[in-house]
Amino acid sequence: MESLSLLADGLGTALTPENLMWAAIGVLLGTFVGVLPGIGPAMAVALLLPVTFGLEPTQAFIMFAGIYYGGMYGGSTTSILLNTPGESASVMTALEGNKMAKKGRAAQALATAAIGSFVAGTIGTLLVVFFAPALAGIAVEIGAPSYLAIMLMAMVLVTSVLGSSRLRGFIALFLGLTIGLVGLDLNTGQPRLSFDQPLLADRLDIVVVAVGIFALGEALWVAAHLRRRPLSVIPVGRPWMGRGDWSRSWKPWLRGTALGFPFGAVPAGGAETPTFLSYVLEKRLAKEGHEFGKGAIEGVAGPEAANNASAAGTFVPLLALGLPVTATATIMLAALQGYGIQPGPQLMTEHADLVWTLLASLLIGNTLLLVLNLPLAPLWAKLLRIPRPYLYAGILFFASLGAYTANQQPFDLFLLLVFGLLGLAMRRFGLPVLPLILGVILGPLMETKMREALSISGGEVSGLYNEPVAVVVYAVIVLLLVVPFVLGRLRRTPLSTSAPTPAAAAEAADSDKEQVR
Amino acid sequence: MRTPGTPEAPDSATTAAPERTRDLGQLGLAAALVVIGAYTVYDASTLVVGFADPVGPKAFPYVIGSVLVGLGVLLAVAALRGDVPSPEDGEDVDLTQRSDWLTVAKLVAVLVLTIATVGWLGWAVTGALLFAGATWALGSRTPVRDLAIGAVLSVGSWYAFYVGLGIPLTPGVLDGIL
Repeated sequence: MESLSLLADGLGTALTPENLMWAAIGVLLGTFVGVLPGIGPAMAVALLLPVTFGLEPTQAFIMFAGIYYGGMYGGSTTSILLNTPGESASVMTALEGNKMAKKGRAAQALATAAIGSFVAGTIGTLLVVFFAPALAGIAVEIGAPSYLAIMLMAMVLVTSVLGSSRLRGFIALFLGLTIGLVGLDLNTGQPRLSFDQPLLADRLDIVVVAVGIFALGEALWVAAHLRRRPLSVIPVGRPWMGRGDWSRSWKPWLRGTALGFPFGAVPAGGAETPTFLSYVLEKRLAKEGHEFGKGAIEGVAGPEAANNASAAGTFVPLLALGLPVTATATIMLAALQGYGIQPGPQLMTEHADLVWTLLASLLIGNTLLLVLNLPLAPLWAKLLRIPRPYLYAGILFFASLGAYTANQQPFDLFLLLVFGLLGLAMRRFGLPVLPLILGVILGPLMETKMREALSISGGEVSGLYNEPVAVVVYAVIVLLLVVPFVLGRLRRTPLSTSAPTPAAAAEAADSDKEQVR
Repeated sequence: MRTPGTPEAPDSATTAAPERTRDLGQLGLAAALVVIGAYTVYDASTLVVGFADPVGPKAFPYVIGSVLVGLGVLLAVAALRGDVPSPEDGEDVDLTQRSDWLTVAKLVAVLVLTIATVGWLGWAVTGALLFAGATWALGSRTPVRDLAIGAVLSVGSWYAFYVGLGIPLTPGVLDGIL
């Protein structure tokens, strides 16, 4: 297979001692930041983005792959050892994982999470190797109208299908689109929404926006509601599993992978649904007298694998279409743009060496994660006891450092503060973060594609839907918008903006959390 | 979903019966959306449409701005009809207690100070002050130790960026010493 030989080339590039060192640094930094309570993968990646500025693109990507998987893994450690899960992708892991930990089986819970993540991540990355080039091959053929339609669909999906309140989702999306407008119009060179500030006309630095919304906004929000009583942390030794744990874990790992990957690869985004489905499936399949509710290892193994497989799956739309569908993927896209690389169907051919090195690095990062983190787990667990003033002051410090290093302008720190306050307001008013950040990134791209489509057609509106793919996608969008609305009307819910049942509201609120982190 | 203690209606929110109170703080957000949307439309109206450009730079902001105004109105209606947001939960977040906006104000003040001084004091000094100030705002009462940790972090990050990545951060007053 051509893909495999290309992957082998990528492995060759990534496996030099120097590059391995960058991967190891990335994994350690990613886990370190991801383990810290209150920091999810998206925030970890956003905070660590500036570290890669001084590197060559290849090395930066290798390090990035490590940060990505490290941050994901760190999150699951937190949710097993603390009583409250930080992000919705970890809710299911925490359910049984925390009970296992309380029964003195924290070591086994961490082990099945780590090994399950490794198995799912490896299989998932290999699936990306096969699917992404194929999808890119098809995507190269489609024109601006279809591309515009697909971007619209991703936005509608992320905004209205996930999240508790469609109204608040759309508010976040359009705020993001507005932020995306700031700066010079790419066609005519006129500044928009720039208040005669040359620094604004220069377009906003996405690092500043992301760090402000994710890191500073979160730190300020936590500061306003800091828990007075510290959470109890369960002590843990070196993770290990007995023979019985292995035989109970391997099937949930594979089933979780099978569930997680498609959900990540289809632009429906989010690891919440597959982790939930995996948990339900494992509970259903459990034999008589099962341990579910009392710390069943299957309930950790399955969802954790689903989580990582879906994280790998998001690379398919990201690399093949340039479409990010999770908050973390959006930051990755911003990182790519930072190197002057525009993800999309052409990425696979124009920057093939980079893509294959990235995919190879994901495999290596995944392996390093397992090798480094099983022995280091007790050390990571100690991080959970870090005094909160230091933790959140540290987030403020590194957020400022990140914003400042981008251009060394105090003005960027001012923007950081503005977006931090916006992030705070969004958390206060229950606005999901993912639609906003998607709007910031995809808005300018959408405008470009729309203007491209209309210039080709000479201004005729038909230029927006003169491709079959575009027509089909628009039909899907209409269905997505109309069906839930009609269902809601049939059920006679008084307000279509609020979730109908408490259970649905709680679940939807969880999905908001995933978007934030 | 718990009732958030908001500065707008803290007493009524905390003493309320099981019946959930309206969250009228959302009207402020709705007003902000209308203002931002209207300004976006106004700003777009000042642009010049290029030639041989059927869409031009105006169309997109017109659409976004008007939708934002519409969403602001919808949010205002929803808020008045008793729709409440679900504030974000988290590992260190306790939504059962009143919001502590004083701490937030202190942190914002520390950040403003950082913005004002980073240019002439330099990252190594300002960063240390930022860390110590933020720990103080968050309730730590060991200023000397906090300042020492902050100094280690800021000088360490200065050298890490300079030596490791070749990015010289502003040295400021310590120019020539670092």
